Amino acid sequence: MIDFINYYLIPGITLGSIYALGAVGISMIFGILRFAHFAHGDLMTTGAYIALTAVWTLGLPALAAIPIAVVGTALVAVFLDKAFYKPLRDLPSIYTVIASFGVALILRSAIQLLWGTDSQVYVVGFQKPLIFFDSLRIALRHMQIIAFTVAIAITLHFFLSYSKTGKSMRAVADDPELARIAGLDTEKIVRWTWIIGGGLAAIGGVFVGLDTDIHTNLGWNLLLPMFAAALLGGIGRPLGAMLGGLIIGVAEEICTFPIMDIEIISPSYKSAIAFIIMLALLLFRPQGLLKGRVL
Amino acid sequence: MPDPILNIQNLTAGYGATPIIHCVDLCVHLKGIVVIVGPNGAGKSTLLKSVFALNKYFSGSVEFMGHSIVGVKTANLVPMGISAVPQTSNVFANLTVRENLQVGTYAAPPKNAAATLDMILTLFPDLREKLNQPAGQLSGGQRQMVAIGRAMMSDPKLLLLDEPTAGLSPAYLERIFDLIQQIREAGISVLLVEQNAKQALRIADMGYVLVNGKNGYTDTGKNLLANDEVRHAFLGGGLPA
Repeated sequence: MIDFINYYLIPGITLGSIYALGAVGISMIFGILRFAHFAHGDLMTTGAYIALTAVWTLGLPALAAIPIAVVGTALVAVFLDKAFYKPLRDLPSIYTVIASFGVALILRSAIQLLWGTDSQVYVVGFQKPLIFFDSLRIALRHMQIIAFTVAIAITLHFFLSYSKTGKSMRAVADDPELARIAGLDTEKIVRWTWIIGGGLAAIGGVFVGLDTDIHTNLGWNLLLPMFAAALLGGIGRPLGAMLGGLIIGVAEEICTFPIMDIEIISPSYKSAIAFIIMLALLLFRPQGLLKGRVL
Repeated sequence: MPDPILNIQNLTAGYGATPIIHCVDLCVHLKGIVVIVGPNGAGKSTLLKSVFALNKYFSGSVEFMGHSIVGVKTANLVPMGISAVPQTSNVFANLTVRENLQVGTYAAPPKNAAATLDMILTLFPDLREKLNQPAGQLSGGQRQMVAIGRAMMSDPKLLLLDEPTAGLSPAYLERIFDLIQQIREAGISVLLVEQNAKQALRIADMGYVLVNGKNGYTDTGKNLLANDEVRHAFLGGGLPA
């Protein structure tokens, strides 16, 4: 049982936290701007590399580099919106979706040009896990990732429930036409969506680097489970997307747990789990767990 | 007559390349209730939407308190003192009633938000105990009240209502018409489009009958109700109300 917690559940929650941080932005962008942002994974990669630069140049630990990564990535996201998505805003959303594919490629190539194609790490060397009650083993980085994500989820909840900008964002996600009639400043709300979505993606990217390594496909590889998480939570439900991320991350990890020493599902099928959950959801509960908008 | 708060002259507007209303004149006076009636497809909603810059303008003039508002963006009309309630999807369903009302203040914060909220809850006492419920869970009539309340939170001078009684039970219908009169008492001018033409004209200072996108008949609500032609053609006949 303790093996299950140490080697399956905790890594699953960690992976789920990372998915959650990416999925929340995907869900907000989908809710407010009505398009699937396929460059979101590459925003995570951008954040991971900006933090890497801060680690290299300023000698900061990776966690302390997060604010720099957040600001940098948020700026990149706002710029991408202005340059590539805003001009397409009044066209059918398929134009923006395809444009975001292009932006994903641009971002990845730019990262490869700037930082090279080799894998990098924030910290070199093996980190010993912390041991509690003689048997519960948790890597410090897993604790940090989980604790940060929980704090972010709580902050996001209060922001969306009580701040003027948060309530305006929910209003636009609910009904953009009525929001316009109510006189809400939609451009400002769009800007905040990119700042928050981009900033959280950057944190997710740094966490991936902290947990494994930093490479140029880091975010792109996570795109499918993150979309599955956003759908699972219900489109336009940011906290639902975080819950969805957690469920998918945990499901991916624990599905390979051997029952009576027999491995039911090989770890190489792990990534299919997100896909299966997404398909099942679209078939049986298209509005997501928290009743978001039906696609 | 006091000065007009809204003065539309010779307005041609519609959607895409096609005008729906042609050379329409309409005038709302301070603290007036003006009703637009007419058969389906006459362009009633189109006229209302063109005041709120929600469709395509072709020609003519629209003046609000003496200033042209042609070309002014929808979002900027709210701070000027115009609020609109669309006919359908007029509440933020996932937001609570309280949040819906708060969103109404964002574009044009009222001088005293608490007093405005209190005034609205006095007008719509049903909402007081529903404040923390998502608006999507309310009945049609209650939703309509949230929608009108949201529009009033910005302290507008002119309120545009697109068929506020559509789909409501007769009991609610009476209440909405009562409320419109109370809103006028509060100093707000009201321009509304109505299917329930007879009841609406009873509370109207002026009525405009639109026919095929043009001004058909224009007169006081009372005179329109007494006009035989209007009654037979547009109000389903019957005795004068």
